[in-house]
Amino acid sequence: MNYFSDVGALARKDLRLELRSRDTFLSMVLFVVATLVVFSFSLPAQTEAEASYGLLWVALLFTAILGLTRAFAAEREQRVLDGLVLAPCDRSAIWLGKALAVVAFLALAELVALPAFALFFEPVTWELVAAVVLADLGLAAVGTLLAAMAAASRARELLLPLLLLPLAIPIVVGGVGASISDDPGRFLGFLALYDLIFAILSWASFEYVVTE
Amino acid sequence: MSSAEKYVTAAYLVVLTVLLAYLVIYAFKLSRLEREVGELAELARRRRDAERTSEPERDSEEVAP
Amino acid sequence: MSTSLRNNTAVALAVAAFVLLLGGLALAFYWVPDAPIEGFRQRIFYIHVPVALTAYACFGWAAWKALRLLWLRDERYDLESYTAVHMGLIFGILTLVTGSIWARTSWGVWWSWGERQLVLFLVLFLFYSAYFMLRYSVDPGPRRARMSAVYALFGVVLIPVSFLAIRLAEGLIHPVVFDRNVNSNLAGSQLFTFLVCFAGTLALAASLYVNELTGKRVDERLRELREALT
Repeated sequence: MNYFSDVGALARKDLRLELRSRDTFLSMVLFVVATLVVFSFSLPAQTEAEASYGLLWVALLFTAILGLTRAFAAEREQRVLDGLVLAPCDRSAIWLGKALAVVAFLALAELVALPAFALFFEPVTWELVAAVVLADLGLAAVGTLLAAMAAASRARELLLPLLLLPLAIPIVVGGVGASISDDPGRFLGFLALYDLIFAILSWASFEYVVTE
Repeated sequence: MSSAEKYVTAAYLVVLTVLLAYLVIYAFKLSRLEREVGELAELARRRRDAERTSEPERDSEEVAP
Repeated sequence: MSTSLRNNTAVALAVAAFVLLLGGLALAFYWVPDAPIEGFRQRIFYIHVPVALTAYACFGWAAWKALRLLWLRDERYDLESYTAVHMGLIFGILTLVTGSIWARTSWGVWWSWGERQLVLFLVLFLFYSAYFMLRYSVDPGPRRARMSAVYALFGVVLIPVSFLAIRLAEGLIHPVVFDRNVNSNLAGSQLFTFLVCFAGTLALAASLYVNELTGKRVDERLRELREALT
């Protein structure tokens, strides 16, 4: 039970910091809406309606990258991560706390993005919402780990997209499939499998990435 | 040579090309290693000679009043 | 002594590669009959598929070494894992090129999103190229070794997950392409030729791996020597 109270404390810290400054969250919301608007100008008029679902997923992916890039920015600026690592909590609790905060940010951004998408493009189905939730979990799980790696590097913001995009391809497939397929259950199941596998892997390997 | 034969041969030649490129890269690497070992051997020799010349100096210091 | 044993492995692998690969290629060009439907161009199979499987083997080997590094906390495995990823990437690029040539001669296009292996290798190429970006932007040390190891492990897990994703995408997102009947019903002579070529490419990869590893370790030793002497 100590573990989960650590996780809760860490997640709450990130959320509280964000509530005070609100800059990451606002940027994410603005970014995703702006991207959707840009997309409306990028496809020819005769394009099938389903193509817009693909664009939604690309927009969500890049919004997630934006949010994740900021995930460890605060820590890096104040070397807080070293302090956290020295703290007597399980290192993987840092990962879980951070990942939960990221999920929260993503969910808040999507609360704006999905209605905007429904307004500008195509209707939003329950399967799409489920897929978005599952995708958020997967992106947060893997993204938090990779963001920690990128934070330790010299290339920082440039490195995270490079590391994340190949791993995010299955998520995009799952999401788009769930949005346009006649059998979305298969894709939702696949997303759940992805989340399970990579969450466990990220949880287990976080401490190796973050210790000096 | 038919078109199919050209493509098949091309595929195998690509593999050969990569191998030969590897050969060239390793030729460079080996000559660099040779040069470095030579430099280090020279450094070691100079060090040994420096130690040898400093020994007789010490003896003469002890002998002097 | 240990040095001579290491030399023996390198020599043994090189000789094995020499014999197996040359033998396999000779079989592929002179002995094996033309495939019934595809004809002569099916012979690319004997280099494309072995190279692809060898690339998987390299990535798997890299992940194994990465696991050993994290488990035993021995930084020695970092160089081995790194070299294995390097080999995997080289063979991966070879897979993409030979696969592209095969697509061109089979369907007239240099690329097809419906060709599962090609798409999978493209994803892996992106992933393992990012591995090198990761290594170049982190200062050398135990932390970089550990991060590389974790990333290599993620890669090997990504292989089946990506493959599943690509299969799911077929038809819905990517076009469907006629499957070549290569993997089904391999005649005896075809199977034998394939196995010899496969063993040959594995031996080649292992031989290159040992060579490169030795080269890197010699670099390390020379650096230590230089520090000791200056």
